[in-house]
Amino acid sequence: MPKFKLPRKSTSVDMTAMCDVAFLLLSFFILTTKFKPAEALAVTTPKSVSTNPAEQKKVVMITMDKKGSIYFSMSDDAAEQKQEVIDKVNELKGLNLTPAEKKSFMRPAAYVGVPFSQLKSYLDQPAETAAKLALPGIPVTDTLNNELAVWVRAAQEAFKGEKMSLLVKGDNEAKYPSFKGVIDAFKKNEIFKFQMITDPEGVPPGTDLYKTREK
Amino acid sequence: MAEMDTSGGGHKKGPGVKKAKKLSTRVDLTPMVDLGFLLITFFIFTTTMSQPTAMKLILPKDTDKPEEQNKVKASGALTLMLSKNNSIFYYEGELEPTGANFKSTNFKDVRDIIINKKKSTKADDFVVVIKPGPESTYKNTVDILDEMTINEVKRYAMVDLFSIEQQLITASEGGAPMPQPGAAPAAAPAAGQ
Repeated sequence: MPKFKLPRKSTSVDMTAMCDVAFLLLSFFILTTKFKPAEALAVTTPKSVSTNPAEQKKVVMITMDKKGSIYFSMSDDAAEQKQEVIDKVNELKGLNLTPAEKKSFMRPAAYVGVPFSQLKSYLDQPAETAAKLALPGIPVTDTLNNELAVWVRAAQEAFKGEKMSLLVKGDNEAKYPSFKGVIDAFKKNEIFKFQMITDPEGVPPGTDLYKTREK
Repeated sequence: MAEMDTSGGGHKKGPGVKKAKKLSTRVDLTPMVDLGFLLITFFIFTTTMSQPTAMKLILPKDTDKPEEQNKVKASGALTLMLSKNNSIFYYEGELEPTGANFKSTNFKDVRDIIINKKKSTKADDFVVVIKPGPESTYKNTVDILDEMTINEVKRYAMVDLFSIEQQLITASEGGAPMPQPGAAPAAAPAAGQ
């Protein structure tokens, strides 16, 4: 029997190629993605087949969280309108807000989630503590006292003559009555057109829309 | 690749000159690969790739004048009622007093029901009436509106539940005729709209 001696091969692999791939992927991800904006309100939006991207500028956002509490916020590029909104709300509801309290509404990414009765004390809070508070949300389910309608009205007047994107961002688990409250607030202000933020989803094959998009 | 040519210039060193020990310049890249992939994972988890999309919804104006109201032919209507735990109740045409055509389904099968109804009715008469109940979630509402887009239903409306429908839903869900005493009176004022 002849003896075979297998030549011993080194087990170390050249990692250079793998290193190249890893960093190529890394640079790809860094360049193509955007950081998730820090959001105080955790909301998981539902999916839809809609393809048009959500508006980013001059946005008035109504957020609905898991429990169905409503929050009102505006994008930071609309600072002028933001100022007008808080002035208007102050005037409409006679809240006697001080300039400092109004300023706290002007903070970047500020949102309101309290009834008007608590608005003054809420705006008195410094930014750090305000973010941690468990807010009751703006009352909407009571048809006679839909406070969101006042906010929407103020926003509508602030954006007079300008394009305003009204967005509703709701959580999957929010119950329908809160959403209905939001719709009622819009209807009271004669707003019949708004957009809901969703996550993109593929169109199921075989359906009518699928066939239309195929063409 | 990751090594350099260290094999001298080829000239011979004289006798007595100690040859410097040849050090390998080959670097082990494994830790660097590890780091690379660690960063990739970090970026994948912390960033968003897809932009959120927006779904348009246009509401009709509430009106009391009969000439402005949209007429719906009862035969062409499909009423979908959303209830808790992602269940859907539906009936075609008008609700029979006995509740005989009151059926239940779920979000998976509702597409077939819509497609069938769409096929069997004239395009002008077909209308879907969506009635989200107080127990249904926002996701249900968006899903069903999305279903309208998917199946290209041109006419649909969002309406509140009638109290009789609410009663039928509670009855078929809980077995007992009225498991939630609060549910029916809460729906009663909404029925007027």
